[in-house]
Amino acid sequence: MRIVIIDDSGLRASVLEEGLHEAGYDDIHIVPPRGGFVARLERMAPDVVLMDLGSPSRDTLEEMLTVSRALARPIAMFVDQSDEAMIGAAIDAGVSAYVVDGLRKERVKPVLELAVRRFNAFAKIQSELDEARNALSDRKVIDRAKSILMNQRSLSEQDAYALLRTAAMNQGKKIVEVAQALITASDLLGGGL
Amino acid sequence: MTIGLRIAFLPLTDAAVLVAARERGFAEEEGIALDLVRTTSWATLRDRLVYGQVQGAHMLAPLAVAVTLGLSQQPAPLAAPYKLNVNGNMLVMACDFAKALEPVIASRLADPLGTAHDFAAAIGLWRRKPVIGVVHRFSSHAIMLRYWLASAGVDPDRDVVLRVLPPSLTVEAMHAGEIDGFIAGEPWGSAAVEAGLAETVAIGERIWRRGVEKVLAFRESWLEENPQAVDRLLRALVRAAAWCDDPAHRDDLANLLARPDYVDQPAYLIERALSGGIVARAGEPPIVSPDFMLFGREATPFPWRSQALWIYSQLVRWGMVDHDPATATRAGAVFRPDIFRRALADSNVPMPGASMKLEGAVASPLPVGSRRGELTLGPDSFFDKRVFDPERIEEFLAGFAPLR
Repeated sequence: MRIVIIDDSGLRASVLEEGLHEAGYDDIHIVPPRGGFVARLERMAPDVVLMDLGSPSRDTLEEMLTVSRALARPIAMFVDQSDEAMIGAAIDAGVSAYVVDGLRKERVKPVLELAVRRFNAFAKIQSELDEARNALSDRKVIDRAKSILMNQRSLSEQDAYALLRTAAMNQGKKIVEVAQALITASDLLGGGL
Repeated sequence: MTIGLRIAFLPLTDAAVLVAARERGFAEEEGIALDLVRTTSWATLRDRLVYGQVQGAHMLAPLAVAVTLGLSQQPAPLAAPYKLNVNGNMLVMACDFAKALEPVIASRLADPLGTAHDFAAAIGLWRRKPVIGVVHRFSSHAIMLRYWLASAGVDPDRDVVLRVLPPSLTVEAMHAGEIDGFIAGEPWGSAAVEAGLAETVAIGERIWRRGVEKVLAFRESWLEENPQAVDRLLRALVRAAAWCDDPAHRDDLANLLARPDYVDQPAYLIERALSGGIVARAGEPPIVSPDFMLFGREATPFPWRSQALWIYSQLVRWGMVDHDPATATRAGAVFRPDIFRRALADSNVPMPGASMKLEGAVASPLPVGSRRGELTLGPDSFFDKRVFDPERIEEFLAGFAPLR
């Protein structure tokens, strides 16, 4: 079974490809949706095409699937429309899958399930990365607020942090929010660092 | 009790009424918590609607017909009780290509028939078969482009290459030389003109003066099961549409739409379609078309069945569906004037008495029979003066000379 993954996020495609390899699929190709990608895809004559639901290039792909004379058999989304749970899970995970007509559903289902799991795994990695990035920028904001307090009120680093924490608890806010407010106020007052 | 509704949209100026309904309180006043889901392809907007991730969608009118007829992946009966706008498209072509056309752009736009013939001649002079971007096979733009090209004997399936790409990628594709021009909803044509990549060759409003564009589409079953939600939403949208039409709100609306969570393009580009002041060639003064895009006036939102049937006639014409009376009936039934009437029964919205009309028969503003209030229909002629009688589809289709 030839599986083509259309994706321009290197990471998501690798996460998916790796999973498919582990499951024993070995005819896997990754095609980024750029330039003449549909002509390339047409030449590959895939049995299954997997694509991120959020990709703006889906209309281009579907048009090719509609008009292609090169593809021996038509390719349509999901094919097995009776499996609503599967389709729901795929849409939720952001997977769109086009499957060549006539491919038995028992053969397609494991590929789809795997794609859904891998897309979800990728989304988790992505949100963890975003969280890490936010945490890093939160840290920077708090550090800056601490140094403002240390300069203006001649506090130690520990006391400056304690002051921020107390203020946050009293106002029912996050420390980073109090820190941000302090920086804004300090900027407005021309205090800077 | 507040009703939560999720509606999918594409980043386009004609999502304006939905955006205004959410951001300017019209939905809230009707007890609707409106959640707008930004989507970057028509395929994904369709799937979110068909598979129930959203309740409604800002949809290309021909796509709603096509999905119902089973022409676009999973067949699903859709229902469109409300038109979000009429008009708002333009065809732009690479500046080099446009050199073969009438150089005075105001004259070029005022004479779509002459321009179509110039375009036909320009095809042979171009270095390849011109590649024209369209946003979807089942888009109003593609259908209008086909209609316009064919009027000059150009076969859109043989003499040019129509390449499908989403509106947000059109400018990038022009830049990369992958396409020689495109027809899309605003602000994407203006963005290509502004970047110096293209100039305007035709505007939708001059091809069909009241061209059906986006509808608000629901799954038919959901629409039938949720009359209260539908009625409240329609009442909110009618008021939002009137707000959008008011020139006093233009800057506010352009700034709203410019936000990254909506169209994410500069407000001054978006404003052009709203005011009808279209800059057709970079650096030139705008050409004013007051009817460039309509939201509320002239009962714009009213879903005339005859308009769904006009779309159907074009799908038949281009071999996308075989004509038979039962299919025509299903296509016409996608537009739901009955729901529009029910939802707005107690409002002061002028309500057409009929559900079908001759399309293209109004040459100048025409007061018409209305159940309430004054209703004047704007001119709705096609540039080739044809009139579509929804009761005589075969005759209408037989009137087009075969291209092959």
